Amino acid sequence: MSPVVRLLIKRIATSFIVLVGVSMLIFTIARVIPGDPARIALGPNASTEAVEALRDKLHLNDAFVVQYGYFIADLARGDLGQSLYSNRPVTADIAAYLPATLELVFFAGTTMILIGVPLGMLAARYRDRPLDHAIRLFTMLGVSAPDFVWAVILMLVFAYFLPVFPIAGRISDSFAVPHVTGFLTIDSLISGDLAAFGNALWHLALPAFALSFAGIGQSARLTRANMVETYRKPFIEMALAFGFPQGRIARRFAFKPSMIPSLTVIGLDLASMLGNAFLVEQIFAWPGLSRYGVAVILRKDLNAIVGTVLIISAMFLIVNIVVDLLVALINPRIRLSQRSS
Amino acid sequence: MTAPTLAIDDLRLGFRGWAGTAEVLHGISLHIAKGERVALVGESGSGKSVTARLVLGLVQELRGARYSGRMAFEGRDLGTLSRREREALRGDRISMIFQDPTSSLNPVYTIGTLFHEVLRRGNPGIGAAEARERAVAALDDVAIADPGRVLDSYAFQLSGGMNQRVLIAMALANSPSLLLADEPGTALDVTVQAQTLALMQQLVARHGASMLFISHNLGVVREFADRVYVIYKGRIVEQGPTEGLFEAPLHPYTRALMAAVPRITGEGIPEIDEEQTGFYDPLVAHPGYSEAELRP
Repeated sequence: MSPVVRLLIKRIATSFIVLVGVSMLIFTIARVIPGDPARIALGPNASTEAVEALRDKLHLNDAFVVQYGYFIADLARGDLGQSLYSNRPVTADIAAYLPATLELVFFAGTTMILIGVPLGMLAARYRDRPLDHAIRLFTMLGVSAPDFVWAVILMLVFAYFLPVFPIAGRISDSFAVPHVTGFLTIDSLISGDLAAFGNALWHLALPAFALSFAGIGQSARLTRANMVETYRKPFIEMALAFGFPQGRIARRFAFKPSMIPSLTVIGLDLASMLGNAFLVEQIFAWPGLSRYGVAVILRKDLNAIVGTVLIISAMFLIVNIVVDLLVALINPRIRLSQRSS
Repeated sequence: MTAPTLAIDDLRLGFRGWAGTAEVLHGISLHIAKGERVALVGESGSGKSVTARLVLGLVQELRGARYSGRMAFEGRDLGTLSRREREALRGDRISMIFQDPTSSLNPVYTIGTLFHEVLRRGNPGIGAAEARERAVAALDDVAIADPGRVLDSYAFQLSGGMNQRVLIAMALANSPSLLLADEPGTALDVTVQAQTLALMQQLVARHGASMLFISHNLGVVREFADRVYVIYKGRIVEQGPTEGLFEAPLHPYTRALMAAVPRITGEGIPEIDEEQTGFYDPLVAHPGYSEAELRP
């Protein structure tokens, strides 16, 4: 078995344990916060009998441990229960809203990496020169305000005063993209509708940039710091002394070792975008899981809260597994240390 | 007479900082004839390593470095070369070996990948297969028994002595005319150091390269150099043939340096008082070994 596969199996096993822990925690928290979900669902005018009946149906009158038992048994069948907010299965709601969030986070993450990392490399290579200072200013701007502030500013400037980008939504109403994966960019490409694809990207631009701006700043500053550190290493002096071309040193010989510490943090940034998307989705009226999450928390929709949190945790863990694998791939020390026991 | 491989005249260097300029070299002159092995000896901070890095053009790229004087490599004035021309010399005509071989090799690339990059300096279009073939031959030359395995390894998987030999093979791979050895093998234990230095010596002779050997280790210098320059606080204080200099050191600093060599039978290292012993006395050259006499 290759060392990377062994690492993958190990990480999946530990992630599973984490998920079980998260499920217990969120299950408890959802039930401890005040308010009767049955009463909220049925409204103030419902009769006490109706509320009691719903409480029975939701197993809310059973002991806590028994409730958790029902929950796990349902979960094993892939059933997260009914949402009291939408009156649909929670799994159906998640399937409907998750792709929009993942699409936004994917584009924001790609933007963060494709802009942030090269900026950091440039800043490190031209450190203490004007370009470095300009990049520092730009990245400071990104980290100095939370992403929802940037979302509002970008929306005002580029959608309201200078209407070059759409103000809200995922795609213009004139496009009808057949539902395959739920990712509008992928579905439009599958149906061969390039105009719809362009339109979806156009809608993605502002929210994705707003969501990624802080990440761009952080990844650029982190990449710069790690590259500057690497440039002081004897193996870079060796590369210079042997006349390796400066560009190749920056892109290869200094870049790869520098990415080992950066990757972990960039991965965490990417995962935290899932949470940060809450406010950005609100501002851009993005029909995503984060918006759904806020709505169900306010309505104390127990099943939906637990389901949403579990899915977001799972996404978080998947990102972490991918990052761990990438780190193992570029760091031979980790890769080669995964010996069979 | 052909131009010496390296000729340095009145080289001065300072670093400009917040509190004015820190002078590092105060006008040093030295030269290395073709095929000659010359040692530059001095304590830490005396300016020996920075001299080698000036020759390579690495110091010039640091901000705040101010230097004057003339450096000529095979008759070409290094000061008039463009940055690109200076870079073209590195790794090809001039190469360098470092103190700590293991940390001088990039930890995330295999030796084979690094070797390919080194060979690309001499032959930009070299393919992977040809590079590997030449790398195997080069590693064979430095007495590495299993070159294929070494090429597929990372530096941290190999011993320090093995890495030192890899670096020597890399430094000589493009048949440079000048090899700068900056305290080679100081990070290794003594027996391994002696073996690799002997090997380096043979190979340098076979390639007909000249060598500037930078060291604070007098025992090693005595064994491997034809001529010695002693440097102290940015000045050459004594120069001469290795035997003559070791038999009869003339400058007070050289004598102090030699007294500082620990001996098994000795009583220990004597206290040396820098202020009283004339360490700043002018350069002493052994008869027939001044720059003027050696370089007509």
